[in-house]
Amino acid sequence: MPYTTILFYVLAFIIVASAVLVVFNKNVIHSAFALFFTLFAVSGIYVLLRADFIAITQIMVYVGGILILLIFGVMLTTKITDVELKTKNLNVVPSVIFSLGIVIILIFVILSTKWNIRMAPESEETVSQIGKALLTTYLLPFEIASVVLLVALIGSAMFARKIKD
Amino acid sequence: MEIGLTHYLVLGAVLFGLGLFAMISRRNAILVLMGIELILNAANINLVAFARYNGLGVDGQVISIFVIILAVAEAAIALGIVLNLYNNFATVDIDEANTMKD
Repeated sequence: MPYTTILFYVLAFIIVASAVLVVFNKNVIHSAFALFFTLFAVSGIYVLLRADFIAITQIMVYVGGILILLIFGVMLTTKITDVELKTKNLNVVPSVIFSLGIVIILIFVILSTKWNIRMAPESEETVSQIGKALLTTYLLPFEIASVVLLVALIGSAMFARKIKD
Repeated sequence: MEIGLTHYLVLGAVLFGLGLFAMISRRNAILVLMGIELILNAANINLVAFARYNGLGVDGQVISIFVIILAVAEAAIALGIVLNLYNNFATVDIDEANTMKD
């Protein structure tokens, strides 16, 4: 068994197990820390798929940014010592049936489709290719993304501000 | 056994299902956000897997960068909204927030 196979199954197990912890944990802060492991293992999956730049971006943006924001959100909106930190699940049985049904349908479709597999060329570093693609083919979405980030910055600062009256 | 495209797609589907469950059934607004992050990660796994196995070159990876960018913007805005919700209703339970003015 090649080592990438073992690595894939280890990473997939970490992803699924910690995502289950995120979803079913009663304690919000425990969910946030379980999400940490999920995001790191997804970054490992990107490394297996030879997407080195995406993997580093995943660690820097998701783990370093979004997760910290989420933990800030948990700490600002719940009193840690309180019982309120624990939240209940709602409509567990219908939503389990619904989600499981969708997953089963998706897996059925994935397994029954004849995928057109053409391997990408081996062992090329992707950073320069991504840079070229961002500044040529994807120049307009790139610029729009910068505007979106600026608007999100201003908008979230405006939302979170205490309005004096 | 060699790992192929379907392995990654099935992993993405399972992650998507878990995120969907979190979005539907959790009552804490921040946990709903975490569900959205799981779903976006599942989509990203699919994009990068197709970029590797379908000869799309680097295009799939560029699109997944845009997904990450939008996820950041979404997380910042949504946390601003959640903080506002907490200021107005003193809870982040999305079932309690059922009026448009207080």
